[in-house]
Amino acid sequence: MKIKGILIIIASLAVVLVFFSAYVVDETKQVVITQFGKVVGQPLTSPGLYFKLPFIQNTTYFPKNLLEWDGDPGQIPTLEKTYIWVDAFARWKITDPIKFFQSVNNTTIAQGRLDDIIDPAVRNFVTSYRLIETVRKSNRELDTFEIGLHKDSGQREQNLEQQARSTVETGREKITLGIMQQAQPKLEPFGITLVDVKIKRINYVEQVRKSVYGRMIAERKQIAEKFRSEGMGESRKILGEKERDLKEITSRAYKTAQIIKGKADATATLLYAKAFGLDPEFYSFTKTLEVYNEALGKNSSIVLSTDSEFFKYLQDYTE
Amino acid sequence: MNWNWDKLNQNQQKNQPGSKPPELDEVFNKLKQFKFPGGPIVIVIIILLFFGSSTFFTISLDEVGIVQRFGKYVRTVQPGLNFKLPSGIEKITKVKVKKVYKEEFGFSSVNNNVRSRYSSDAGNTGVALMLTGDLNVALIPWIVQYRIKDPYNFLFKVRDVRRLLRDMSEAAMRLVVGDRSINEVISKREEIAVEARSVLQKELDHAETGINIITIEMKKTNVPGPVQQSFNEVNQATQEKEQIIYQAREDYNKAIPAARGEAERTIKSAEGYALERVNQAEGDSARFTALYEEYVKAKDVTKRRLYLETMKTLFPKLGQKYIVDANQKNLLPLLNLGNQSGGQK
Repeated sequence: MKIKGILIIIASLAVVLVFFSAYVVDETKQVVITQFGKVVGQPLTSPGLYFKLPFIQNTTYFPKNLLEWDGDPGQIPTLEKTYIWVDAFARWKITDPIKFFQSVNNTTIAQGRLDDIIDPAVRNFVTSYRLIETVRKSNRELDTFEIGLHKDSGQREQNLEQQARSTVETGREKITLGIMQQAQPKLEPFGITLVDVKIKRINYVEQVRKSVYGRMIAERKQIAEKFRSEGMGESRKILGEKERDLKEITSRAYKTAQIIKGKADATATLLYAKAFGLDPEFYSFTKTLEVYNEALGKNSSIVLSTDSEFFKYLQDYTE
Repeated sequence: MNWNWDKLNQNQQKNQPGSKPPELDEVFNKLKQFKFPGGPIVIVIIILLFFGSSTFFTISLDEVGIVQRFGKYVRTVQPGLNFKLPSGIEKITKVKVKKVYKEEFGFSSVNNNVRSRYSSDAGNTGVALMLTGDLNVALIPWIVQYRIKDPYNFLFKVRDVRRLLRDMSEAAMRLVVGDRSINEVISKREEIAVEARSVLQKELDHAETGINIITIEMKKTNVPGPVQQSFNEVNQATQEKEQIIYQAREDYNKAIPAARGEAERTIKSAEGYALERVNQAEGDSARFTALYEEYVKAKDVTKRRLYLETMKTLFPKLGQKYIVDANQKNLLPLLNLGNQSGGQK
């Protein structure tokens, strides 16, 4: 009985020891082992079941996976002194858990360190570039033309100007890369590696936004006017075309008519000349008689001498 | 108390039929004897029961199970009934891989409860408000639909996948919109959605999230409230432009065909004139030629006849007729010519 009791005690002690010395490392964790506050050995980064000296060694768990950092959105002036809201975020990992353990010890404090380092880096970069550099990523040609609006020289000039204004040398991707590169060396002592820094939101501050709205409205109004005046122009053009076409049609018809008439006149003249040329004197005689018949009438008075051919017999019929 | 034990025993019977028959009998004996049920064997049974019930599990059709042994990933199990080592040794996490998840940006759908919609509204305008490449401001709401492609990465590689997805979506969308003009943002939503999807997918792959973006759907893009009216004005101006052009065309179409008709008329009438003129000439000359042919045969007589015939028709028509003797030299006293014009010959 005594031996059995001792065995039971030993067994339960062993169980307790195993229970206190065994520990599990999850896929998402890494562990630093400390002995009386001092780091012992290499940190454990692969998951599984491990054992330590019970009561003497301590385990501290840190996340191994990708962690997030969300910056404080803040007002930052750009190079041209436009105030904008910039909200950045970053991804980071604990790549050196021992350094991390010794310097910051937990992720909440690490967030504070990241705030202290990344926020100023974001600020530095945003203030030293024009707004457009932070907004755009490439010099892709913007399609700013209104659908249905004709391109004219003025527009093109304006567009070139705008294109020049919106040309970037750096672009957002390089700026965020720059921020990361500036922040990274400062984070190394903490055992932290930045995976990326990105700008989540960027916006005008309230006052600037209002003036931007004003500009947008003005721009739209100008485009609207352009549409209207284009409509007017097009309409005038059509009216002009109408007048031109009208004149063309009328004059062409006149011309054709005159040609036709002229040809007919010529034919008639030829015919008359041919016929009347047989005896001009006889033609003149017959035509004159015809004209008398037509020209004289009720209102004509006539004084005839008995000398005339018609009345010669009135005086005398002898020869 | 008794009932509970009964049930437990029945469960045990179901779970491990035949595996521990001696203990089973013992338990029944104990129950019959109404002894208090705290014997060491019962404790063993409870422990076995606890481990036993954690050795099997069901995976639904739309999910897979990720099994971890002492925290370490060991296998992925497929839908159906599966077995594992008891809890404490192996842990199962179910991941819905067939389910399509949805994240909304810049708006909230109607089925959200009032409170959450209210609270997110202030943030929503911020999410949707973006700077375009020509430094204008646009409102762009969108939806991201995704599926978990790689459950291992999804579970272990990123601490807060959903948050990363949301942040990355915003960053990707802004990156794409930042390179578009306001006009493009409004009119070429498809293009933006496609590009944002590829940018986002690349970032998510890079971060090993195990997420596959199915689609990015752009909702109605717009300009901010205060500017909307001026945008509408442009649309209106477009209409006005078209209207004014149509009016001019209408004018043109009214006038030109009429003018063409008129021209046709002028030409036709000229043709008529020509026909008339030629026909008349032909008629006149034919008549003259015919007359002349006869006249040549008796010139004097014909001439006289023609003269007299004319006189015959002419004279009755005339008004005042005066016949004066050829010897009378002074006509004036005889005539009162008044305002009438005199004849000749």
